This record gives sequence, structure tokens and C-alpha cells, in this order.
Amino acid sequence: MSDSIIKVRNLSKQFRLGANSYSNLTLGEAFMAHLRAPLRMKSRKSAESGRTVWALRDVSFEVKAGEVVGIIGPNGAGKSTLLKILSRITEPTSGRAELYGRVGSLLEVGTGFHPELTGRENIFLNGAVLGMRRAEIERKFDEIVAFSEIGRFLNTPVKRYSSGMYMRLAFAVAAHLDPEILLVDEVLAVGDAQFQAKCMGKMGDVARGGRTVLFVSHNLNSILTLCRRSILIKDGEISYNGPSSEAIRRYVAAGPREFTGERIWRDQATAPGNEKIRLRAVRIVSGSNITTDVDIQNDVRIEIEFWNYRPDARITASIHLLDKLKNGVLASANLPSANLVQDQWFDKLYPAGVFRTVCTLPGNFLNEGRYHINVILLTNITNIEVFLEQAVTFDVYESGSMRGDYGGDWLGVVRPKLAWQTERLNANAVESQEQTA
Amino acid sequence: MNTIAQATPPNTAAESDSKPVMRTVPIVLEPTTSLIPVSLGELWAYRELLYFLIWRDLKVRYKQTMLGVAWVILQPLIMAAVFTIFLGRFARIPSAGVPYLLLVFSGLVPWTFFSTAVITSGNSVVGNAHLLTKVYFPRLIVPLSAIGGRLVDFAISSLVLAGLMYYYRVDLSWKLATAPIFVLLLTALAFGVGTLTAAWNVKYRDVSIILPVIVQVWLFVTPIVYPVDIVPARWRSVYVLNPLVGLIEGFRAVLLNRALNLNALLLSTAITIVLVIYALFVFRRMERDFADVV
Repeated sequence: MSDSIIKVRNLSKQFRLGANSYSNLTLGEAFMAHLRAPLRMKSRKSAESGRTVWALRDVSFEVKAGEVVGIIGPNGAGKSTLLKILSRITEPTSGRAELYGRVGSLLEVGTGFHPELTGRENIFLNGAVLGMRRAEIERKFDEIVAFSEIGRFLNTPVKRYSSGMYMRLAFAVAAHLDPEILLVDEVLAVGDAQFQAKCMGKMGDVARGGRTVLFVSHNLNSILTLCRRSILIKDGEISYNGPSSEAIRRYVAAGPREFTGERIWRDQATAPGNEKIRLRAVRIVSGSNITTDVDIQNDVRIEIEFWNYRPDARITASIHLLDKLKNGVLASANLPSANLVQDQWFDKLYPAGVFRTVCTLPGNFLNEGRYHINVILLTNITNIEVFLEQAVTFDVYESGSMRGDYGGDWLGVVRPKLAWQTERLNANAVESQEQTA
Repeated sequence: MNTIAQATPPNTAAESDSKPVMRTVPIVLEPTTSLIPVSLGELWAYRELLYFLIWRDLKVRYKQTMLGVAWVILQPLIMAAVFTIFLGRFARIPSAGVPYLLLVFSGLVPWTFFSTAVITSGNSVVGNAHLLTKVYFPRLIVPLSAIGGRLVDFAISSLVLAGLMYYYRVDLSWKLATAPIFVLLLTALAFGVGTLTAAWNVKYRDVSIILPVIVQVWLFVTPIVYPVDIVPARWRSVYVLNPLVGLIEGFRAVLLNRALNLNALLLSTAITIVLVIYALFVFRRMERDFADVV
């Protein structure tokens, strides 16, 4: 036998569309069906409705004790279904999984919290729901209270808590769950930045503490930080199982997300702009692809295409770069004084026609995270003709190229590579300088 | 020690050992094929969760109302008062030799337990959907905890019944010692009906609408506001098919020291057992889909 603590073999899960297997029966018919066949253990064959969908299909993998494995994939790929099966919340349709140890699952924080009960009462209730013994909760009680920072609100009903306090308390209980196998689904994506950092720190402790963890997240940075190995799930099947950096690279290369890296207006009547000038397209190009995901080391080309309807126009394209909180990072405009290179249309009058202006952000410049671009087109330098907020959005991700040995978050909005140099000083010379001073 | 249930509880080994122990027997997840409807070992392993859920229900129920726990006593008392005035006094329903108030109250106390237990457990699985979709525990814990909470109410209102019996100077007999058996049977029947409706309720929300109506009807086809003797003899054989007849009448008989109808009691017991087993099978068959459907 291998030393795998989780073994998953050909696990499949089928869902019926429309959720109700008896939907084509009346209540009366269904009632009779129940009376006749209470002993039937197999679910009704799907032939009845014929419309089913495989949420998971032939998923097989193993996890060794102490491993922290990330699970990534697009929405609806089956990540959560996998965790739900491993948590025993729902049964597989076929296949088999073996778990060698106590399982704790965190599919959300605050499961079982009751708004009418106090913080103290909810610690016990939530602990029990998560599978802790009463004695265990009592032993860890002070630690949980300290971690949650709710202090004097301990005996207040949680319905009076701020959402921040509520989340802190909920996570504090969950963080003190002590299983051998921990299944975590996206629960860190809550609370303010400071609290998220605290949660990530705790998760890091758990990961380093020899616990076996399966970690589902959309936050690729935390996956990269916590998990050496990741499983990429697409359409219910494992499409990659290996080092996290490679899994992330394949995931982001795979395509469209909820926002777009390209906007095109085909109909000039509805395109943003006026009778002088209209936007035709805005797109993010990186690594020679139109994309929403940018490797931190690659250049980002912001392409702006527009129709110019008036001859002899003076046109200036400009952008605002915003971070994920919509704070301004920088503004830039195609002005001779602000341009690193020489634009061939500098100081020229634009004839009517279609133009493309490209602004390039260098690689190794932005930090990891999400960025939005506002696009502005001006005539005669000061007249705003087009102002499109958040025309495009992109994520900068860390492929491992820049992180090196440092695993934590990197402060700031930008992360340029800067010049660092060290030299050894002559100790005697330094001391004699200090004495003279 | 080597059953699946042993590996399953989320909390068995943690106290003693600090280092993770590789168990030879894993938790195995695959489509259910077992015919055994319930794992008692697993239920036992989760007894603390059962306790906490009962505790939560009681705490919340008493906390939210102004009179709190007093309602447990007031509810059957008010009902008994209304029945005593309108049925006992005005309609002059015979009360078989005991004061009408005592007759009605000794029926209403177990009835209130039964009916509230059936309704709360019948709605319990749907009501705890947020738990079922996020954590694992034996699903049977949910209707069980609903019944457990009502059992506590039953104990409290029984104190009032005891006070009433003392007031009317009821002759106590050795039969009183068998009262716990009736409580057990009543609980089992409530569990059977409640679990069955809880499972059906997940798929057909009509159930939660029909249930109160059925309970209303059930009140009148059970000897609660009247003694069993007023039912015409030729209807008796059909009448006793209602399992509550034997149980409520029996409960009243041992409390008020009256003759016990053993045949009706045995029939009720048999129906109760069959119903519980049937309910366990139905629940087992349907619980696999709870998290997907609820």
C-alpha cells in the first residue's frame, strides 16, 4: 500500500437537470411509487427524464499525508462537487474514494450559526456542527475568542454583530478545527484585507503543520503560495495534475473569464463617442494573445482603435490605470512630452479614417492582482470626446518567475524589479570615520 | 472498533493522540448499496451534535417569545380550558367517570407533544437545508433533534398534569410505572411519521401545507376531547387502526388508574414498529439526494 491519505478512483457524479426526479409525476403517483418501492436503493434510472449532466466524470487522484493540494478550474467545472463528495455531503453516482483519517470540511464559515444566539453559544454550536467534541471546544475556547477579537461582545447575540465581527468569529471557530484531512472551499475570500491576510496566515500554519489539505480557490495567488501541487478541473474532468505554477499557467491560458480583455463596437451608431470620433475597439494584448490574464513578467499592450470622422483633427489618446479597488495607479497620455518613444503621428493632423493607438506597460512592473483601464480620447489636447470607464480589465498573475523564495503577499500596487547591490565595507575604515565624526 | 462508523466520527481519536494516526480502515465513499437503513454506531458517535441541535432549538424557541418556556404549559392549558367549557359544559360530552378537565388534559399533554413533534420534525430537514448542504452528519440527527426538543416540552407540561392529578386526588397505582413505555411508543410513532414527512417534504413542499390539516383531523379521530366509549362499537375495529388510539388511551389509563385495552395497545405498537421501519427505509433512500434537491 502507498502512503496516500486520500485515494479517489473514477469518481463520477451525475445531476438531473430540473433537480426533481419525479417532476413528471403527480404527487399522487409519486406517493404510490413510494409505497410500492420503499426498499429500492438504486435511484430511478435517468431514462425517466433523459436530461442529466455529469458534474464529475472519472476523476482519479491521490494525495499523500501532509500534502497541500490546490484545486482550480472555471466556475461550474466541478470543484465544489468534488469537495462535497469528499465531505460526504452528497454521494457519488459511481466510483470510489477512500479517506484515511478524520475529515474536516470548511465549505463556508459560520455554518450553523444562529443569529439569535450569542457569540459564546454559537462557538459551541458551530464547533459541534463542524465535528468538534464539547471537551475539545471547551479546551480551545479562550484561543478561539482571542483569535476572533470579539472580546466583550461574547455574550451578545450575533445578529447584532457587524459583518466583520461575524466573519471573524466564524473563521476563528473553523480555524481551530483539528482534523487530519482538511477540505477548504473558497472560505478565505471574505472579510477585509487585514482579516484575509490573517486567514491566509492561519492557512499557511495549517499547511506547514503537516495537515493534509485540499484547497479550492479562485485566488491563484493563494493557491501558488499554499500549494505545491494543483489539480486543474475542466468540465468535470481532471485536465492537469502537477506543479501549481504549471496548473495555473494552463488554467489562465484556457480562456475567457467573467470579464473580457477585448471590447469591440461593430455598430458605429452605438459606439462610445460623438460625431467627431468614436471608439472601435479596446483590447489587452500580452504574450501576443488577447487576454485577461497577464504573466507578471510580460508587457501589457493596451490597444485603442477609433474612427475619426473629421479631417485635420488633433487627437490624443489617454488611459487611466486603476487597481482592483478602483484607486488610480497612473494616468498616461500620448503626448510628446510623456511618451517614451517617438509616435509617427506626433504633431500631425489626423485625416478621417480608422486608427489604432497602442500603449505598452512594461513587464515586471505591476504587482499581482486585478487592474481596470479607463480609455479617454481627446481633441485639441483638452476636449474630452470619449471617456469610457473600465473599458477593459485584466489580472496580473505570478507564474513563479519573480517570487523566488518569498511566499507571502507583496506590498503595493506596483512591483518593479529594481537595482539592488551590496558591497562589503572595510570595518576599520567605518569605525575611524565614526570616531572622527 | 473496526466498523466504518468508528473511522467516521469527526472527533473520536483527537483527544488522546496528537500525531495523526493512519487507520487501516478508511472512510469509504461510494454509491450506497447497503440495505441497512440506519447505523446506530454512527448516530451514537454524533450524539453531541444531537444534543447541541436540541439545545439550539429550545434556546431559540424560548428566547424569541416573551413568555418563553411558559408557553409549553399555557398552550395545552388554554386548549383544555376551551374544550372543558364548550365540550364538557355546553355540549355535555361524557367523561367516563373522571372530571372532564382531567380527561381532556391527560389527553392533550401527550397529544401536544405528538402533534408538535410531527410538525417540527416534518419540516426539520427543509428547515436545516443550510446545514445539510455544507457539512456531513447522519441526516437522521435532524428529525431526531426536532423530536428531542419537543420531548423536553412534554416533560415540562407533564409536571402540570401531575399537579392536576394531585388536585383531583387521582388514585395512583403500580400501572403508573409503565408510563415511560407509552412515552417511548409515542416518541417512536412521532419519529416514524415525522421522519417520513421530513423526507417527502424535501421533494414535495405540498407536504408542509397538508401536514397541519392532517394533524387537525388526527386530533378528532383520537380520544382526546372525548372518552373512547362514545365511539359506536361497530366503528371500533376501524377506529383502533389509528395507532394513537391505543397509545393515548393507554397513557390515560395508566395515569388515571383505569382499565387498559391491551388489544388496542398491541395493535398500536405493531403499527408503530412497522411505520418506524418503513420510515427509516424511505429516509435512507431519499437522504442521498437531500443535499442536491433541498
